[in-house]
Amino acid sequence: MLAWTIYISFLGVAVQMLLPGKAVRASRALALLTAAGSFAATLAGWARHPGGELATIVRVPWIPSLGIEYHLAADGISITLLLLTGLVAIAGVLFSWNIDHRTKEFFAFYLALIGGVYGVFLSFDVFLLFVFYEIAIIPKYFLIATWGSTRREYGAMKLAIYSFVGSAMVLVGVIAAYVVAGAHTMNLLELSKVAFPVHFQMWAFPLVFVGFAILAGLWPFHTWAPTGHVAAPTGASMLLAGVVMKLGAYGCLRVAMALFPRGMDPWGFRVLGFGSWRGVFALLALIGIVYGAMVALVQKDFKFVIGYSSVSHMGFVLLGLMTLRQIGMAGAVLQMFSHGVIAGLLFAVVGRMVYDRTHTRDLDELGPMRLGKTLPFAATVFVLAGMASMGLPGFSGFVAELQVLMGAWQAFWPLVPCAGLGIVVGIAYTWRAMQKAFFADAGEGRAIAAHALPPITLPEEAGAAILLAASIAAGLFPQVLLKLILPALNSPLFDGLRRGSWQ
Amino acid sequence: MTMPLLSILTALPIFGALIVFAAGRRDAQLARRLALVLSLVSLALVLYLWHAFDPAGLLQFQERHAWIPSFGAEYRLGIDGLGLLMLLLSAIVVPMSIAASAQITERAHLYFALVLLLQAGLFGTFTALNFFHWFIFWELSLIPAFFLIKLWGGPKRSAAATQFFVYTMVGSVALLLAFLAISLSTGKLDFLELADLARAGQLLPAMAGKLALHAMTARQIGLLIFAGAFLGFAVKVPLIPFHTWLPTAYEEAPTGTTMLLTGAMSKMGVYGFLRILMPIFAEEMRWMRTPLLWLAIATVVMGASAAFAQRDLKRILAYSSINHLGYCMLGIFAAAGFAGNDPAAVMEKAAALDGVFLQMLNHGLTAATLFWFVAMLEKRSDGLRGLNDFGGLRQIVPVMCGLMGIALFSSLGLPGLNGFVGEFLIFKGVFPLAPWAAAIAVLGLLVTAIVILTILQRVFSGPLNPKWSAMADLTVGERIAVAPAIALMFVLGIYPQLILGAINGTVVQMAKYLGQ
Amino acid sequence: MTGTGYAEILRLVMPETIVVIAAFLVLAVDRFFLTQAGTRVRFTVAAAIAVVGCGGSLARLWMAPQHAFLTEGMLVVDPLSNLVQAALLILTILAVLLAVESRFTEHVGEYVLLMLMATAAMMFLVSSENVLVIFLSLELLSLSLYVLTAFSKSSIQSAEAGVKYFLFGGMSAAFMLFGLSLLYGLSGSISLSGIASAIGPHGLDPMLMVALVMTVIGFGFKVAAVPFHLWAPDAYQGAPAPSASLIAAGSKVASFVIFAKVLMIGFAGAEGSAAWRAYAAGYVPVVAVVAAASMVLGNLAAIAQSSLRRLLAYSAMAHAGYMLLALAAHTSESVASLIYYVFTYGLTTVGAFGVVAAVETETGSDKLSDFNGLSRRAPLLSLCTLVFLLSLAGIPPLAGFFGKFFLFAAALQSGMGLLWLVILAIAMSAVSLYYYLRVLKGIYVADPPASAGPLRVPPLNLTVLCLIALAVVLLGAAPGWLLRLIENAVSAR
Repeated sequence: MLAWTIYISFLGVAVQMLLPGKAVRASRALALLTAAGSFAATLAGWARHPGGELATIVRVPWIPSLGIEYHLAADGISITLLLLTGLVAIAGVLFSWNIDHRTKEFFAFYLALIGGVYGVFLSFDVFLLFVFYEIAIIPKYFLIATWGSTRREYGAMKLAIYSFVGSAMVLVGVIAAYVVAGAHTMNLLELSKVAFPVHFQMWAFPLVFVGFAILAGLWPFHTWAPTGHVAAPTGASMLLAGVVMKLGAYGCLRVAMALFPRGMDPWGFRVLGFGSWRGVFALLALIGIVYGAMVALVQKDFKFVIGYSSVSHMGFVLLGLMTLRQIGMAGAVLQMFSHGVIAGLLFAVVGRMVYDRTHTRDLDELGPMRLGKTLPFAATVFVLAGMASMGLPGFSGFVAELQVLMGAWQAFWPLVPCAGLGIVVGIAYTWRAMQKAFFADAGEGRAIAAHALPPITLPEEAGAAILLAASIAAGLFPQVLLKLILPALNSPLFDGLRRGSWQ
Repeated sequence: MTMPLLSILTALPIFGALIVFAAGRRDAQLARRLALVLSLVSLALVLYLWHAFDPAGLLQFQERHAWIPSFGAEYRLGIDGLGLLMLLLSAIVVPMSIAASAQITERAHLYFALVLLLQAGLFGTFTALNFFHWFIFWELSLIPAFFLIKLWGGPKRSAAATQFFVYTMVGSVALLLAFLAISLSTGKLDFLELADLARAGQLLPAMAGKLALHAMTARQIGLLIFAGAFLGFAVKVPLIPFHTWLPTAYEEAPTGTTMLLTGAMSKMGVYGFLRILMPIFAEEMRWMRTPLLWLAIATVVMGASAAFAQRDLKRILAYSSINHLGYCMLGIFAAAGFAGNDPAAVMEKAAALDGVFLQMLNHGLTAATLFWFVAMLEKRSDGLRGLNDFGGLRQIVPVMCGLMGIALFSSLGLPGLNGFVGEFLIFKGVFPLAPWAAAIAVLGLLVTAIVILTILQRVFSGPLNPKWSAMADLTVGERIAVAPAIALMFVLGIYPQLILGAINGTVVQMAKYLGQ
Repeated sequence: MTGTGYAEILRLVMPETIVVIAAFLVLAVDRFFLTQAGTRVRFTVAAAIAVVGCGGSLARLWMAPQHAFLTEGMLVVDPLSNLVQAALLILTILAVLLAVESRFTEHVGEYVLLMLMATAAMMFLVSSENVLVIFLSLELLSLSLYVLTAFSKSSIQSAEAGVKYFLFGGMSAAFMLFGLSLLYGLSGSISLSGIASAIGPHGLDPMLMVALVMTVIGFGFKVAAVPFHLWAPDAYQGAPAPSASLIAAGSKVASFVIFAKVLMIGFAGAEGSAAWRAYAAGYVPVVAVVAAASMVLGNLAAIAQSSLRRLLAYSAMAHAGYMLLALAAHTSESVASLIYYVFTYGLTTVGAFGVVAAVETETGSDKLSDFNGLSRRAPLLSLCTLVFLLSLAGIPPLAGFFGKFFLFAAALQSGMGLLWLVILAIAMSAVSLYYYLRVLKGIYVADPPASAGPLRVPPLNLTVLCLIALAVVLLGAAPGWLLRLIENAVSAR
């Protein structure tokens, strides 16, 4: 059932290409139908596997000479992320309702990206995972380069090249693992059981981890993210910041950490105070949290604030993963879901609701426009999304960040106060942006009469409602997702991790 | 039949907010009326709860569901005498605030929706018994208040809202961190269970065990965590020196909002001390008794003195609020600060606590009413509210002056009106426990008296200021609206047993626990 | 010495013979019957005959595969050579079909004859393990290709390309001959296995190293590896499109296969090692160095190109580098991966040149800026281009990705010593995405020039290109069957 998420998406791509170029409305409707259809498939799959343990969906030999199979499987983590993808995809299509230039190509690339992402979350064969991972790169490029805004060609190329370099690093590690294992299989579960030599894991782990983490926005390899996300059109930014960055974190967990758990062991010596890769990456994640927040605080461009805030929030995900505590890692996965939804909301407000109408993203120029009065819906949504982003309780971010902090406290407590600082700065920059963009006092600059801005359309309202509901639901009832995530973390796939320093 | 009454009570204003927002889009009057009706429904529900409440004072109307087991978060509601009192206060103040907000016409639907959301936040805070759940509502009340000040306030509203937000946020973060530490050490977030742990002397060892930080002693760790939680509530009350946000916020906020701020939201801080800090951190409060008492005294005395120095009526009342709540803090710190399980000590603490409870209710009522009157005055004076702008108003608007005079005397603490009972009981309880503190605090009483009398003299008495010779007196509608509040002042002043009967059980229980 | 009878030999070389007959038939028909007809008709007829001929040859290979090993390895017919010959024939068929709409020459019959002769030469080349026959076939191939390159009389670039190719080719042929004769001198045998058994036990003496280097130079030129690549950009740019595709695709396939045979059979025992910090003299380190240089220079130089043909030339060098990596690994797995890679690469390249031809016919040049907005002017053509370029970049689920994956896996399986070269290859692949995406950016993102209308692509060409694109996708998504074929063929040795 869950495999249909992939198939429906690609079927949608094919049908989009067949539509005549002028059929804009049909194109949009088809895209919405496709996104909704895949989401329905996810829901059906979830109903069938409410427990969160590993369940194989499809498993057929693909290239027997190399032991590669077409193996799709899902556990609780996959389902959580599939849910996220479905929600953001639907919302993204709704927020792209106003694209009228080469519409069918836009939605074709969009659906292809979604299909690739679904594929990554469902793959249980490392080769297959890699294939879907790379398939997702090309639509990203075209979406940004063709329909984007600020410096779109540069942003698109930077994003594509960084992603590709990351996946190249992963490829080296994966091929090396395949060869060293000598087991003639690419199955995740079986490879995770292979006891790779420790010195091999010591270089394979950081290589594969960094390769994936580039896409997750690990500092200092994060510079593609703000540029790329700002350049992208709204629907694409939502998907890129909301879902595609999670691909990287997912890969870190699913591949790097599951296959090479010994790579995180202490080295036995200390370099600059670090004793293991785990410590290095935890610190880099922390730097990302704080640095991202600080830079967001000084941005002049509204969208850049959100772009850097994504880097900051993803830092929490990576930090949670490195805690190697169940609560921290569950928090990391929850944060993947939470931030995905929240980032989608924030980009939607900034890009679609504000920029498409005011044609400026400069915070100083937006202030005099009194957007709090002229675009009350946008203001309300941004306030709620901002609250969620700050990590206020009642929204999804609170439980997620809380769990990450608790895990971090158990694992490396000195980092927690700094992470707390990141949260505080997060409150500050969100508040600053909200203040300057929507609720600034009258200053110099042109004011806009309320009727001069086009009203908020129904698709925008629907998209915002969907995402807000998701964040609030996850904030009030996190148990619904945790019931999926926790059994998945206990699955045999992570046995190697558990035998290590995990608790 | 065990209906989840408390959940319904909390959910009602949320739905109400949505209804008001949707229905009142075009019509400000409709929005206000709808909001008023809804808040009166809440009041009715609270009165029903009051009626059904068992005076023995133990926890009632409980609801308990698991929520996030991994770190001990539960959905747990319940009220004892304290909670019931707070619900009553909120349910009374909110309709008053709505009735006083007749002049809000721009985006009224949003304004009243925010007010109702604030009420939901209040109800939720006062009924929650698990930190996670409690914190959600604590924060939930912050956001509507921020926007109420920011969007409908006076000329300096941005700065006021910002200050309000920053202070409260910092306090909340400190509170959160403190409870995070507690959760990490004990795995619990339930207030009652934590209080039990503390009483059994097991809280400190647990914290010291799990949070060993660079060879800090258990005592130091306990104090550090206490400091975090203390900060969160100290900002809210507010205690000197964390009070600087208050005068500006009270002044700039629209009057209805100020009524809410002073009537209900400030009590959230005191409630926090009573419900959370006192039971869980009793030991720490004992250690820090003297500094805390000094803080309370400072609040009392400096609040009153600062009020004396002001020229704007709203600012006077703002500082006076600080002063009145200082008495509550005095009572709390005295009661918590002394160990002693003998009946006499328990009686004194019970008296102090009784006074604190009563003072919360009475001050809320009185202060809200006073601000209401100031608003009415402003309406008639085109926005002027300086102390020296008026004079001899009694001759022109006798009814308003008479009624406002009653409220002012209540604030002063005249026997026969509600303001007296609370303060009397607090002093009765504190004198035996900490005589020096009580003695210094009496100064505050004196200064407050001077302030109130000054207002009476400058505004009501004296030569008539010709500017106001055409001032209109209270309309029938206004008189009807204000009457219940005034009546209540008398009733509570003459027959405080009405309240004491319900809360006494809880108070005695609290006092007993403090001794252990 | 018992020889093999002529009838026997004829039976064994029937596929090549069919091709040669078809070649002459093309010339005859064109000379005698079609003198008055238009170029288009002549090309169509010639192509038809050529296709039939190659098809017949394919049928022969498919239905009656032979297996024989003539003395001295003069003719070796086994599953591997059959497979490679079939691949060559397919590539030629595609190239000829794409040539039907060309207008650059009046000498149609001669042109197609030369293409078929080159094909026959390649078929002979891969079914031999005798240095003499190898050299003869190489020369036949080279001469045909030189002429094919210079065939467009109206283009000065074509003439220049032809001359450069000829001069470089002649020189490298000299090197090769010198090296091969040294080998004969050292071993006294002209068959590869004979050479191996003679020189193997003696270890590496300086003469052998010289012979080795010379041979590598000769073959390096044929596959356009750095630093023997200087002819490639001009040849790719100047030659008419069908010639270029034959050079880039068919010739590469044949050359790599025979290079593999020469090294692994002829120099068996003289491998040496190119493992990191475990260097040992032999052909492997030489090949590894050439591979590294090709990957790096090819990819970096391609970034700077503004002409699609030259870009393809430099990328050809880069791909040659990757394929040399398989040679450096010298296991049967890596040879299988090499064959898979070079065949799919050949297919993709034929397609790429078909696209170039289509655009050149309309715009007159292959500058990247001429491709701007192509997706709106010719959507199907652009889609094919997308498939080809992404396959070259190594994006799944296309054939190029799987080829690279298989190649790198096989290279590492031979031993982790080549890890450094694999890392370099993957890193350079990442670089290559940049310039391929740039071309695609022009096609899909940039706006077409205001005056340009829809691009007319002849239906035959479009069909062929779509077929090739489909094949690239299928071979990437379901490579199993081809892989099995290749592995069976390789392991049968």
